[in-house]
Amino acid sequence: MAELIIPSLLETLYMVFFSTVFSLLIGFPLGIVLVITEKNNIWEKPVLNKILNSVINVLRSFPFIILMIVVFPLSKLIVGQSIGTTATIVPLSIAAAPFVARIIESSIKEVDKGVIELSLSMGATVPEIIFKVLIPEAMPSLILGITMTIINLIGYSAMAGAIGGGGLGNLAIRFGLYGFKTDIMLVSVLVIILLVQGIQYLGNKLSASINKK
Amino acid sequence: MIKIENLSKSFENGNNRIWAVQDVNLQINKGEIFGIIGLSGAGKSTLIRCMNRLEEPTEGKIYIEGMDITSLNKKDLRKVRKNIGMIFQHFNLLSQKTVYKNIAFPLELEGLSKKEIDLRVNTLLDYVELSDKRDAYPSQLSGGQKQRVAIARALANNPKILLSDEGTSALDPKTTKSILDLLNRIREEFNLTIVLITHQMEVVKDICDRVAIIEDGRIIEMNEVEELFKNPKTHTANTFISGLKSHVTDEKYSPDEFNGTLIRLSFLGESAKKPIVSQVVKKFDININILSGDINQLVRTSVGYLILELTGERDEIKRAIEYLKNENVNVEVM
Repeated sequence: MAELIIPSLLETLYMVFFSTVFSLLIGFPLGIVLVITEKNNIWEKPVLNKILNSVINVLRSFPFIILMIVVFPLSKLIVGQSIGTTATIVPLSIAAAPFVARIIESSIKEVDKGVIELSLSMGATVPEIIFKVLIPEAMPSLILGITMTIINLIGYSAMAGAIGGGGLGNLAIRFGLYGFKTDIMLVSVLVIILLVQGIQYLGNKLSASINKK
Repeated sequence: MIKIENLSKSFENGNNRIWAVQDVNLQINKGEIFGIIGLSGAGKSTLIRCMNRLEEPTEGKIYIEGMDITSLNKKDLRKVRKNIGMIFQHFNLLSQKTVYKNIAFPLELEGLSKKEIDLRVNTLLDYVELSDKRDAYPSQLSGGQKQRVAIARALANNPKILLSDEGTSALDPKTTKSILDLLNRIREEFNLTIVLITHQMEVVKDICDRVAIIEDGRIIEMNEVEELFKNPKTHTANTFISGLKSHVTDEKYSPDEFNGTLIRLSFLGESAKKPIVSQVVKKFDININILSGDINQLVRTSVGYLILELTGERDEIKRAIEYLKNENVNVEVM
């Protein structure tokens, strides 16, 4: 059993880690742009804001399985194959990026308007406000949002297992469901549950420990 | 020092255009503490925000030391802003940063070295008497301490002007007094020009040299504070002054002549509309004798005072007074 579970767990961690990194790289800046381009915000750009909002909504409406198939050609282009553990990182990142953008947007929006006004009154530039005020002030909330992203990605990565991604989801479906090995399915699910619990726990702890509010 | 010419500011609200500030002309002298008093919604907050262009004026000019700041581009505006400190009603401290880091913030924006920052922050901490709190976070401070941090931060860049946007409105009377004393000290030692907006006549009375009264976006009266108190010309000025403790009325009632406890209630805004006195009679086993009172209805709110004699059991009276305090009424036992 362990020789099946452990490699699958490592595959899951591998997929989740890299898709978290890539979705943050895309989603984090988008989330910030979503906030600052709003009306009456520090970099007001109504048209850009509207376009970005629509694109994110469209991307978020795609069911993940469909999205995964749609980006098969892209995965092939980037990693040389359209199925498999590494290839799955491409649709996972694309699926999670708009989600990350929304999560980051809502965290950044929680920052007290007063401190933004204060920064402006001190002659801070837009980048200074973003990096010295918005992000540090929102950090506890950002960490919770990133935790949520990781957990979502664990869920997505399990779904990706259904159509040829690797990992625990794939194990549960291939051996457990199709191979009638109930024990493997149960253990895979159990490991996923533990993983989710553990990450949520760590995220909560970390967020609480740095929050000085 | 600051000269404002024909300043107006309007906001679009659907199809309506709302004029928050209309045709304001002001001249504020160097080293002066200038108060702008008005009720909420009068436009005072918009007016002070125009002075560093946190609000963009719709019309008019603002000169600071002869320079027209309304025509500056963003980059030059940022430079000017570094010369104008600002404090706020809710302090606006960075919640995730220590007291030290909060005061260091404008210096970091200036790009000073760690050593220079350290020197300056420590001097400022000393000045506002918060050296022992340097590593504390804002959530661990009292309101008065938070405002002192904010003042230290506003002074970090050695500004020539300090704007106070209701800087004492969230503080209790005693703390207000200590913050006002600090502002007064700063003005003298740093040769600062202070512009403050407030809805409290006490603040104007305590530290302002001159005051302008703003109503519906217009300055309706402007004078030296003493002159205004002696000879208020508008009804609003009168009401603001009578909202203060009026010694004439109080002297008529010496507590010795009464068996009960004499209290003086002053109301502003919402609390003047509530049936507070009858609530107290219903809730507590005491008698109330109304000796004197005056409530003035202004455009959007009311101000006034009541002098009451409370008779009954001591503890019950105490509880009644506590209750009144919780109802946002300013209670003074005479």
